Amino acid sequence: MVMNNPKMPEYRPDAVDWQLIDIIAGGIAFVKRPYLDIAEKLGITEKEVLDRIRIMRICGLIKRFGVVVNHRELGYTANAMVVWNIPDEHVREFAQQLAASETVNLCYRRPRILPHWPYNLFCMIHGKDRQTVIDQVHRLANDYTHGNARYDILFSKRRFKQRGMHYHPCRKTGDDDS
Amino acid sequence: MSERLSSPEELADIDRELLNNFQHEFPLSVRPWQDLADKTGIDEDAVIQRLQSLQERGYISRIGPVFKCNSLGVSTLVAMSIPEAELEKIAAIINSYDGVNHNYERQHEYNLWFVIAASTDDELDNLLDSIEEATGYRCLKLPMLENFHIDLGFELQW
Repeated sequence: MVMNNPKMPEYRPDAVDWQLIDIIAGGIAFVKRPYLDIAEKLGITEKEVLDRIRIMRICGLIKRFGVVVNHRELGYTANAMVVWNIPDEHVREFAQQLAASETVNLCYRRPRILPHWPYNLFCMIHGKDRQTVIDQVHRLANDYTHGNARYDILFSKRRFKQRGMHYHPCRKTGDDDS
Repeated sequence: MSERLSSPEELADIDRELLNNFQHEFPLSVRPWQDLADKTGIDEDAVIQRLQSLQERGYISRIGPVFKCNSLGVSTLVAMSIPEAELEKIAAIINSYDGVNHNYERQHEYNLWFVIAASTDDELDNLLDSIEEATGYRCLKLPMLENFHIDLGFELQW
């Protein structure tokens, strides 16, 4: 499924939404009524807090809401960005097959930058060891491209920075490429 | 982050359930922890205490929203090719920029990968120009053009 042209109209957060986004971006609190605490800070009702979050979720601005785990700490230390050079006429079909695979976490088309960068499709695979990830990638390449695609596997080494989004009312950011 | 109390292999079944089952079906309700308690069969206080402990041990990053790429501004993935000896220094320069969210070393000729966000395309390009100037190395700008994956979280296998 391609989500670049959502049927939902684009939702424009208002000033209260921005304050709410700022508060919830770092996670909700471990208190019995976490949304009531937020409501009191914002001077709105608990119901309105929940409604605003629901709207942001329904319109797709929030793509999911829930537990965000740290892969590395849970033993998924083989974190691979797999990059593929797929002919433009086949890239969507291949991407949809990749995205449907259980092992793949993210799947994005990005531009080639020739001659420096020939790859136009990116996916992430989080595995517990490198060999397993390499085998999984070989299998995907064989199953869906008959071994014809050029690809490369970039394992992560040091993590210099990783955080949830930080938002400021005038600095509106977003991406979650972990 | 507090001291690691256990390895992931030693997590109790209930902790595994809490980690795996509420990544995208999380209740938006007045008493969300009570709803989790109803679904898992432990009480509300135990849900709160276990999730808090999982977060303190670093297994949970947060419980909250994951925003759609670019829905709150513009952002891009950037790749740089940096000599090993300079990598740490350059990474620190990049981290000093406010809009940088992720910054990883990867094993490749392009060995530094980060995501940077800004309010507008112009602001983003200015940031990248500034990074090129500050580091002396070229930025490959690789923005997302199309997303093919629905984010349902990450299914942990034990």
